[in-house]
Amino acid sequence: MADFEVPPLADDIDTAAPPALAPNAMAHLKTFPAAPAHNEALGFPGQLVENWQERAIEKMGELLEKYRSLRVYLDSCVKCGACADKCHYFLGTGDPKNMPVARQDLLRSVYRYYFTPAGKLLGRLAGARKLTEAVLQEWYTYYHQCSQCRRCSVFCPYGIDTAEISMAAREIMDHIGLGQKYSNEIIGKVHKIGNNLGLPEPALANTLEGLEEDVLDATGVNVKFPLNVKGAEVLLVTPSADFFAEPHVDGLIGYAKVFHQAGVSWTLSSHASEAANFAMFIGSYDQMHKVANRIRQAAIDLGVKRIVFGECGHAWRVAYSFLNTLAGPWDFLDPRYPRPQHILEFTHDLMMRGGIRFDKDANAGMVVTMHDSCNVARASGMGDRPGGQFVIPREVIKACVPKFVDMHPDTIHEKTFCCGGGGGLLTDDLMELRVKGAKPRMDALKQVVERDGVTNMVAICAICKSQFTKVMPKYGFDMGMVTSLHQLVSRAIRLGPGA
Amino acid sequence: MSYQVGGKTVEHDEEGYLVDIGQWSEDVAVMIAEAEKLPLSSEHWEVIHFLREYYTEYQIAPAIRVLTKALTKKMGEAKGNNKYLYELFPYGPAKQACKIAGLPKPTGCV
Repeated sequence: MADFEVPPLADDIDTAAPPALAPNAMAHLKTFPAAPAHNEALGFPGQLVENWQERAIEKMGELLEKYRSLRVYLDSCVKCGACADKCHYFLGTGDPKNMPVARQDLLRSVYRYYFTPAGKLLGRLAGARKLTEAVLQEWYTYYHQCSQCRRCSVFCPYGIDTAEISMAAREIMDHIGLGQKYSNEIIGKVHKIGNNLGLPEPALANTLEGLEEDVLDATGVNVKFPLNVKGAEVLLVTPSADFFAEPHVDGLIGYAKVFHQAGVSWTLSSHASEAANFAMFIGSYDQMHKVANRIRQAAIDLGVKRIVFGECGHAWRVAYSFLNTLAGPWDFLDPRYPRPQHILEFTHDLMMRGGIRFDKDANAGMVVTMHDSCNVARASGMGDRPGGQFVIPREVIKACVPKFVDMHPDTIHEKTFCCGGGGGLLTDDLMELRVKGAKPRMDALKQVVERDGVTNMVAICAICKSQFTKVMPKYGFDMGMVTSLHQLVSRAIRLGPGA
Repeated sequence: MSYQVGGKTVEHDEEGYLVDIGQWSEDVAVMIAEAEKLPLSSEHWEVIHFLREYYTEYQIAPAIRVLTKALTKKMGEAKGNNKYLYELFPYGPAKQACKIAGLPKPTGCV
């Protein structure tokens, strides 16, 4: 990995100036392209096709017809500049092409050239340009420096969604044989094995048995981690990182304890052993559909009545916003729970009804803050009230710990910053971008660590947890600060009869 | 992209993971570790051998917890934890240890 400088954190987040412009500062950083086998497994050409310009423009035309929103976003920017200093990657790198407006313009300029009369007639004067090899390389570089977190769209007076533009760009590139290794290899593994990790059923079963032993040793309670149990009431669909990584697995143990204490029968599925749907990151409806239908198939095969999603940010966006279209109708589920639920809705509901109780002393000494995950914050909801996706996690945390504090208001709720690794960028070849892109969140964390003595930062997304574990030490924070929300639940929940 | 080990050429990918895991040997491990600027101690070898045994049985690297539990049994509580694993493999036990043990890179949200 090439050396790079970690940006210094702000002394005062309220008075910090935007970074000095550093043109092309990130032009060198290109994520690894997918090998032909990774592309072909998804039905894309193995490598750049000969008539790629023609095919790319044809695909762009198709997307403009299919997604009216895309054309509106490409037409409606007035260059007001509201988005310019809102992207974490711009704030962390100073590269003007990481300003959302500039990122959009990479595609917009080509759209103008081929699809608008002014662009066809006036060319550069109308901000239009031909799709050349250099432009394609720019697309590849900078559309893989967007985590599709949609923070910029919160500030855009027209609501232009850069994520949708970046998804379209990636879809066009896949279509001509220029895919990204990280995302495409992973989607292929889901089709073949059932999860992002490539964890086969025997390894999953072995891992779950180990967790049962661990929890029994630690608590004396026989908490089960059932796999492929037909007739269970709940199917839990969770990111495969929950089986594999720290602190993710501590969250999984928390879910299991909640189900145990609630007396609800539940199961995991080896067929749908993944909540994530990376097909969203590459903008492919067909691939999203295929991945999502593994969940439908598992639910039908196991005869479950409810589907609950574990802590995964973009999976919850897919589940909340798209699952009915992608894999519905869910008419075979319990009519009281007609749509997939978030594990936090499940835990919160039980907590409010007194079905589970917490002992805050189990988390004594902790001062906890929460990083809102971008997809949960800006693309979903929880419970039946607006803003539930902010309130419900915080209410559960507060019930489990002695002290909770929020970070700066410009960095939480719908204004939350991306962790720096979302949208298919959680890959080692983009480490420089990941470290620099985490800066805005680290600035806000530093403030509450210094002011309030924060000891733990909770995340509810597998990507956020892995990203922070990796990059926080670069900013002088201990990786152990990163905490799964259900890790707090796991420690605080009272187990056993009469608890 | 390849390692040169005892006159033999061993192919690796962009990040240094072996293309053909069948080409692994202890000499190859030493070579990969050198490329990572990581001198190998007996503790490193314990981890490497456990990873390979587990992979042979399950076709995947063990979860961190499975690994720490196995190490606790072999080396005691003080060394059977994630923190110690990061001391051994500063770039992360899953990825760096897998690379040296000749296993594929764990993918996904890890």
